[in-house]
Amino acid sequence: MLQTLRIISGRLLQAIPAILGIIIVTFFLTRALPGDPAVYFAGPAADAESIAEIRHELGLDKPLPSQFLIYLQDLYQGDLGMSIGTGRPVIEELGRRLPASIELTLCALVFAISIAIPLGLLSATRPDTWIDHLTRMIVTMGVSLPTFFTGLFFIYIFYYLLGIAPSPLGRLDFIYLSPPHVTGFYLIDSLIDGDWEVFFASLSQLILPSITLGLFVLAPLARMTRASMLQVLSSDFIRTAKANGLPRRKILMTYAFRNALLPILTTMGMVFSFLLGSNVLVEKVFAWPGIGSFAIEALIASDYAAVQCFVLAMAILYVFLNLMIDVIYTLVDPRIKLSG
Amino acid sequence: MKNLKHIKYVLTENPITFGSVILFLLFILTAIFGPLLIPFDPLASDTENALNPPSALHWFGTDQLGRDVFSRVVVATRLDLFIALVAVILSFVVGSILGSLAGYYGGWTDRIVGRFLDTIMAFPLFVLAMAIVAALGNTIENIVYATAIINLPFYARVARAEVNVLRNSPFVEAALVSGNSHMKLLCFQIFPNAMPPMMVQLSLNMGWAILNAAGLSFIGLGVKPPDAEWGIMVAEGANYIISGEWWVALFPGAVLMLAVFCFNLLGDGLRDIFDPRKRS
Amino acid sequence: MKRRDFIKGSAILGANLALLRIMPASAATRAGTVVIVTGFGPNSMDIHRKGTNRPSYAMAVNLYDRLLGYGSKTLPDGSMMYDYQKLEPEVAESWEIASDGMSATFKIRKGATFWDGNPITAEDVKWSFDRAVSVGGFPSVQMKAGSLIKPEQFEAIDMHTFKINFIRKSKLTLPDLGVPVPIIINSKVAKKHATKKDPWASEYLHKNPAGSGAYKLARWEPGQQVVLERFENWKNGPLPPIKRVILREVPSPSTRRALLERGDIDISYDVPPKDSKELRDSGKVNVIGVPIENSMYAIGLNVKMKPFDDVRVRKALAYAIPYEKVFKVAAYERGIPMYGGKSLKPETIEWPQPFPYDTDYEKSKTLLKEAGYEKGFEIPLSINLGLAYWMEPAALLIQESLAKVGIKVSIDKIPGASWRTKALVEKGLIFHMKSFGGWLNYPDYYFFWVYQDGHLFNSMSYKNDELESLVEETLHIPLDDPAYEPNIKKLIGIAFDEVPLIPMWQPFLDVAMQKNVDGYEYWFHRQIDCRAIKKT
Repeated sequence: MLQTLRIISGRLLQAIPAILGIIIVTFFLTRALPGDPAVYFAGPAADAESIAEIRHELGLDKPLPSQFLIYLQDLYQGDLGMSIGTGRPVIEELGRRLPASIELTLCALVFAISIAIPLGLLSATRPDTWIDHLTRMIVTMGVSLPTFFTGLFFIYIFYYLLGIAPSPLGRLDFIYLSPPHVTGFYLIDSLIDGDWEVFFASLSQLILPSITLGLFVLAPLARMTRASMLQVLSSDFIRTAKANGLPRRKILMTYAFRNALLPILTTMGMVFSFLLGSNVLVEKVFAWPGIGSFAIEALIASDYAAVQCFVLAMAILYVFLNLMIDVIYTLVDPRIKLSG
Repeated sequence: MKNLKHIKYVLTENPITFGSVILFLLFILTAIFGPLLIPFDPLASDTENALNPPSALHWFGTDQLGRDVFSRVVVATRLDLFIALVAVILSFVVGSILGSLAGYYGGWTDRIVGRFLDTIMAFPLFVLAMAIVAALGNTIENIVYATAIINLPFYARVARAEVNVLRNSPFVEAALVSGNSHMKLLCFQIFPNAMPPMMVQLSLNMGWAILNAAGLSFIGLGVKPPDAEWGIMVAEGANYIISGEWWVALFPGAVLMLAVFCFNLLGDGLRDIFDPRKRS
Repeated sequence: MKRRDFIKGSAILGANLALLRIMPASAATRAGTVVIVTGFGPNSMDIHRKGTNRPSYAMAVNLYDRLLGYGSKTLPDGSMMYDYQKLEPEVAESWEIASDGMSATFKIRKGATFWDGNPITAEDVKWSFDRAVSVGGFPSVQMKAGSLIKPEQFEAIDMHTFKINFIRKSKLTLPDLGVPVPIIINSKVAKKHATKKDPWASEYLHKNPAGSGAYKLARWEPGQQVVLERFENWKNGPLPPIKRVILREVPSPSTRRALLERGDIDISYDVPPKDSKELRDSGKVNVIGVPIENSMYAIGLNVKMKPFDDVRVRKALAYAIPYEKVFKVAAYERGIPMYGGKSLKPETIEWPQPFPYDTDYEKSKTLLKEAGYEKGFEIPLSINLGLAYWMEPAALLIQESLAKVGIKVSIDKIPGASWRTKALVEKGLIFHMKSFGGWLNYPDYYFFWVYQDGHLFNSMSYKNDELESLVEETLHIPLDDPAYEPNIKKLIGIAFDEVPLIPMWQPFLDVAMQKNVDGYEYWFHRQIDCRAIKKT
């Protein structure tokens, strides 16, 4: 246990230079953005004088290195700054929007897994047949379409023409009130609250965007499942099991799949972090109040604090995610030790 | 000769790979000769005939300014392939150099390169591309640079891993002993052996580069008008889907999908040719 | 801002939500509720705050009252709009101008209260007006337009009497009291939350409006929606028919259109021209389009940069714009054309009015030759990405058209956030598009903002001494002054001749709504005033 803890903390320490690098890069990148927050803040009809005043107030007229030091200082005290656009502390925005994105991403992952893994298993058990080729074509098609394109067409077909999808208004239709905040995940919070109506309403709003997002990652999941299963199925112990006459189904599910799980889990982790960073476009199309749409608005409005905070949050999330995957690895397969 | 036979084997064995190679060649031909064969000027507006559905005259219909969608889609092939190719080659070259140096020399080189790569990889990729283009301005060069940067880490990592392994192999030891310089060894002996896994990724990355450019266009950070590029055509056409003018977005979108699809399948085929062990 | 506040904030939010859930779900019965979608939502409840965006003005309009408001009039096509010549009582039930014309005294309505039951007093009005002129930035500039500049001008004579001392006589002062800016805030509540560093309670009022308006804030989820509820004790006008207003933010115009067509929402605000034309033609919903007063979509030429320092080149450009094509394709004819005027000298003082230019490539080439640009030149055309839906098609057509006279145009898309800086503050764009709409409907007001040297919306860096003195003189004189009409005609004549600004069309503000929604009125602030809306 102690050994594991030591290794984990070692990993965290290793991540610090990367995070520092991110802070530096983000800081300078935001400063390179074309907009001028002072003008934005000063509002319409402000003249050059009042803008200069505001620039001084915001500390933007100081030389860059001192601005950077101030930023670091604020960070250390937990002050992530104010968002210009919403006028609220950035960390508040983060707290509201991150759960929205994570909920969407998790649902997309669940959808993707429920389709990709069975397809991968199917392909692995019938390699090089037309079924194998067909599944490969299907999943590759999913990954070849821009997400906003699929999203818009889905809305057109399922909402506008057929009327079976709920209105793409965001997380919850306006006739419902959002459940009292516990985790920020509407699905969980509504269950905690015992409100089945809101639960189903939230679920129905999640369906279309999750499918749109999930289609994009069917390919890596299905491929990895297939590859991993093929490898395991050709291994000695499976051959022994077959020779001993164990039922095919049992071999497949109990022995082969479990052993093939490891790389699939890694892929799931990678896919999750990839999705979290790229659901920007889906959020825009479905009016989802997540962290991706927040980032775009902040970027276009040159809202420094918001962009920096967003990137930092994502980076830290990635580090933890990767670490968690490694830890799960060791739990699933005792042969694997965390490398220091 | 052996290689050629192997290639031929892979192609005939796998009809899908064969199909994707044909498709790929078709795209290349379109990129090179397409602009010479199109029926209409892709930039000529004809407001009287705006938003006409597909017909015998305009196979893919017309867009909001009356421009022929088919001609624009064909001309866009050149731009999109160009962006994809240059971006991927750039990241391949720079990534390979960085990775090879890190893998060969180890030590501080390795550590610095490693941290640099970690920094890039910790960014949500699309947002990084957005930030770079927003900061530097949306020109084609910047879109290419942004795409190249976000794809860099993969090549660097693979190069590093492969070079690292090969570095300690006997034949390298022998070559060093017989007086070959490090650089010469790295470039001509070690690196070529590290290439196969990267070749596969090249193709996949090209598909991803095209999707990236499309996404940037959707946000307004893509190619400048009136240039024809699949992504920006889809982004603009998206506004017309609900009002029933589906063709403005569908045709460029379908061709885009076909191109990315083709690159992805091609990647699989390349994997079979170069590295049959890793078939997946 | 510290971590504690985040936790505090969540706790407060949680408590509010718990309270709100007591409302039965059926409170959202569609009859008494109106659902409105827009592209952008408010970012503050306080119009006096720095950085408040335009959609927030709707909050000032509906949540707060002013001393007076405007009446309404009906246009020939049946649509309703505010009447800028009819000032009507709101919080002030009557007012009197002093005999020397240098002050106005307002009688505050007895029995009018804030949401918390406290009566509205002259103290509250003075505190609010002091705030408006002291906070700086846009609100103070807007107050200044009505010659409301110093707190010393405002006096609370007694509980129900409020006096404004004028520093000059101006026709703009009284109308300026009806614009969204001079809101009347519950000063008792505000003062409780004021601190030494924040004497105007800006942090509190940013999220917590303290007003007397016909609607109260029920909930605000930034980036998603605002829910308003009727204030049952509203005395400053007839009680609004609608009990509950939901303002939902939906960024994609296609999605907004889909929602409207499927009947899931009641009103879609600020509809793009193509959608409004098609929705109108389909007959499924009502589309009300009113020309936006005192506003034009135009092209700006920076006179300080070559070759636009030469008026012949500017005129040449004015003859090379494909006006009709642009009006058809970018505006879908939802507007009033501002080209093809008949005479070179203005015959009326109507504003805006068509400029005496139309597409004429021969004239354009002749002028270019005269100015020495027979071979043409290269130039970037800058457009605001945030307004791409009309700017981009117009720019593409202009690019094509100017090529015919040898001018090579490249299109430069500038993101909305940087637009103000580049175009208006730095005035660094040589060739760009503009869209300014003045709140007070007087041509001299337009010239003040757009043509006067150094003023914010003068992105053309235009300077003309005659124009300067004319505007100074005319801005404050009443309409019936004998100098008014000739001055305005002179100003318009200068605009025609010098053409640093080439107008294209006067846009409509299009609002689409279900057939059972009534009572929508066009307002100069271009936000939706929910007080008159009803459902049949």
